[in-house]
Amino acid sequence: MLFRRLLTDDRGGRLFLAALGVVTVIVPIANLVMPPDSPLHVSTFTVALLGKFLCYALLAIALDLVWGYAGILSLGHGAFFALGGYAMGMHLMRQIGSRGVYGHPELPDFMVFLNWEKLPWYWHGFDMFWFAMLMVVLVPGALAFVFGWLAFRSRVKGVYFSIITQAMTYALMLAFFRNEMGFGGNNGLTDFKDLLGASLQAPSTRVALFVVSAIALAGGYLVCRYIVTSRLGRVLTAIRDSEDRVRFVGFKVEHYKVWVFTVSAMLAGLAGALYVPQVGIINPTEFQPLNSIELVVWVAVGGRGTLYGAALGALAVNYAKSVLTVEFPDAWLFALGALFVIVTLLLPSGVSDAAAAIKRLLARRLRHA
Amino acid sequence: MTFFRSRRRKGGRARLVTGFLAFLAFAHAALASPEFAETLERLGAAKSYEDRLLAARRLAESGHPNALAVLGDLLEGRLYTTRTDGRVVVAETAGEGYAIRDPATGEDLGRVGRRDVTRIGLNNQLRSSLRMLIAKLRLEDDNKSRRLAAIEEIGRSGDAEMIDVLAELAGREHDDKIKKAIETAIAVLRLDAEDAETRIAAIEAVSGNMSAHVRAKLTRLAGDDSLDAETREAAARALERIEAKAERYELLSTMFFGLSLGSVLVLAAIGLSVTFGIKGVINMAHGELIMLGAYTTYVVQQAFPSAIDYSLPIAIPAAFVVSGLVGIAIERGIVRFLYGRPLETLLATFGVSLILQQTVRTVFSPLNRSVTTPSWMSGSIEIVPGFALTLNRLYILAFSLVVFALLLLVLRYTRLGLEMRAVTQNRAMAKAMGIRSDRVDMLAFGLGAGIAGVAGVALSQLTNVGPNLGQAYIVDSFMVVVFGGVGNLWGTLVSGLGLGVVSKLLEPEVGAVLAKILVLVFLILFIQKRPSGLFPQKGRAAEG
Repeated sequence: MLFRRLLTDDRGGRLFLAALGVVTVIVPIANLVMPPDSPLHVSTFTVALLGKFLCYALLAIALDLVWGYAGILSLGHGAFFALGGYAMGMHLMRQIGSRGVYGHPELPDFMVFLNWEKLPWYWHGFDMFWFAMLMVVLVPGALAFVFGWLAFRSRVKGVYFSIITQAMTYALMLAFFRNEMGFGGNNGLTDFKDLLGASLQAPSTRVALFVVSAIALAGGYLVCRYIVTSRLGRVLTAIRDSEDRVRFVGFKVEHYKVWVFTVSAMLAGLAGALYVPQVGIINPTEFQPLNSIELVVWVAVGGRGTLYGAALGALAVNYAKSVLTVEFPDAWLFALGALFVIVTLLLPSGVSDAAAAIKRLLARRLRHA
Repeated sequence: MTFFRSRRRKGGRARLVTGFLAFLAFAHAALASPEFAETLERLGAAKSYEDRLLAARRLAESGHPNALAVLGDLLEGRLYTTRTDGRVVVAETAGEGYAIRDPATGEDLGRVGRRDVTRIGLNNQLRSSLRMLIAKLRLEDDNKSRRLAAIEEIGRSGDAEMIDVLAELAGREHDDKIKKAIETAIAVLRLDAEDAETRIAAIEAVSGNMSAHVRAKLTRLAGDDSLDAETREAAARALERIEAKAERYELLSTMFFGLSLGSVLVLAAIGLSVTFGIKGVINMAHGELIMLGAYTTYVVQQAFPSAIDYSLPIAIPAAFVVSGLVGIAIERGIVRFLYGRPLETLLATFGVSLILQQTVRTVFSPLNRSVTTPSWMSGSIEIVPGFALTLNRLYILAFSLVVFALLLLVLRYTRLGLEMRAVTQNRAMAKAMGIRSDRVDMLAFGLGAGIAGVAGVALSQLTNVGPNLGQAYIVDSFMVVVFGGVGNLWGTLVSGLGLGVVSKLLEPEVGAVLAKILVLVFLILFIQKRPSGLFPQKGRAAEG
């Protein structure tokens, strides 16, 4: 019943979920069952890369929820992603236990290196998986709630909001670069050993993380879809199109915005948490403004306002990035820059709408002919 | 032809050489004065310390340019007599033996064995008299700064015998600055006086002095248990006063650094403010336009390596043109199509910024380029001891104010400025009055971009010129614009300077990074309270 409501009018979404399901089944088989010399074998490296892309896709969906549906362009979503990643990283650091270089039973290596005596208070509890998982969503959520409440309450919107979110992630980056913060300074958190007792290096763990990422992506998609198809989602879209009118009609615009911003930040945090064990490191560069703005281009390329488009945009742009940065390292920024310009100038509703646009164009031509 | 040319050249060179030789000969004659040589001989021949002292006095009074050096050599024990003919020589250890030269002319006399020369001996009394002679000689130097240095050195030497010499000199001296220095030196010397009253008076006299040795001496006096309580108290009080003064100077120089940072922020932000003023365009490529200005400076310096001192006057208009043209290209090519869609403009200009960055990286390499500071901009001026202003920062502070003033004048008194103001206030009405608003948009964008380029020239004198130069300032300059109130130049000035000073004041307390974070957090909170900045625009323009 619920599924029908979510997916009836969403052909793209159905296709996307189906494709995701197929990939989620095939890739593990191709990695674990197929022998390494078979042409159908997928290497563990590729599995981890794909898993990373899936996390990006989830992040893109989270951004699309606020940008595409509520018209809030956040240039700081990378910060929520990174915070979720740090929460996961802290859990993984605690899991290392006494296997670190210095062999301290409790303190992570970098703290021993800094001559710290005991664990800072905010590191307590992260040795428990459930607590860490809670923090993965709660910390970004809390930040988004406070930040959004302050901003939306005083009606900071449009470009102003974009710029202060950028300042937020910039400030967080500077803060996390400090050794005194207790998050490993510019080295960040790394050298993870295992998660829930499974070694992070093992192919089976990689595959499991990949599958979990795929499930999270599908789940995130359905959650967002649920939100945007609900009555609340329609209010959000109305806010995007004419905020003042919605306010005059009697809706508490701030409440809706804060709510959706917080949910989106939580999803971003979840994406970050899944991302960290797959890449094996989290450091303050994840906070850099460029990352957040790159994320915006994924959504823009895929087409904002279509959730599956955002996910596809993330996958496509990141695939292009991983190819280009290897083949033509200099060309990547040119390509990314051009992508920004072209998408905003020529394809305001993204690639997912390009087909329809071409169809319209052809129809017009035919009519004129 | 070639023949003639080479002849002529040779002739010229010959004249030059003869001239130089003549000069040398003249100089040599002055150095080799017979009187001086005779006195030296007497010094070498003197059997008693008294005779040596007499000879040394005559040397000091001779007025010979090398007298000071010879006395110094004597004091340091580098003056010897040769065993064979009793000639006085300066000897320095070289391998097994000595390298000797003539004290008067400096002429190299070759090498001798260890046993071929005898040192001219000194006793303590002679030594102290020599020191006195040397000090006096140096105090009579014609060069003012050398004289000052000598006075200070005497003060530091702790040689109480010099007090009289200094006092006598003070009577003859006409220069106020030097007189003051002499008084200080005397007071410093009197700090060691046996008599408590003199000591305390001396302490009072030096209590405003900022030099390190005075501080060290006072600290010692304050902690010396063998002295009477009064002296120690006076010393402690004087120290306190000095510390307070030092703190004030520290605050002053922090303020100066803050203003300097603020002036950079203002430079970076006013261009942004101009582009922001037209249709609320957020130009994310602004930082890269600044970077282009900095690279223009670099290119100008590379093109004219011999004229570094004039490179900035060339680079400023060049950077204005380069960045301005790029700005106009951005406006015509992209921004024009996106007016009224601020979020898209932001993204598209961000794309442009990436392209510009990568272009610079490809053309100039990703490494930082070094831009030379012209000689007239390097160094610093010392206002008082302990408080100096670096010239480059001072110039940039002045420069940013000039650019600001020029921009105000352009906006107020030129046709473009008038049209710009008209279009910002009421576009439809301005168009109805016959103003070509899209042309105004283009020129305004170009103006803002050009100012960014000029800011880049200034920045190239403060930081490394690299592809990431612009990024480092973009967030800050946005903050300045938003804090000051969009489209308000005075607001930008006040907020830029204010933010600069505040962050520099915070820095010593909490560290540079935390200061930056605190400022950002403050700004984020501030925008909550006053979304349109410190000085919001009033009237119709604010409604848009």
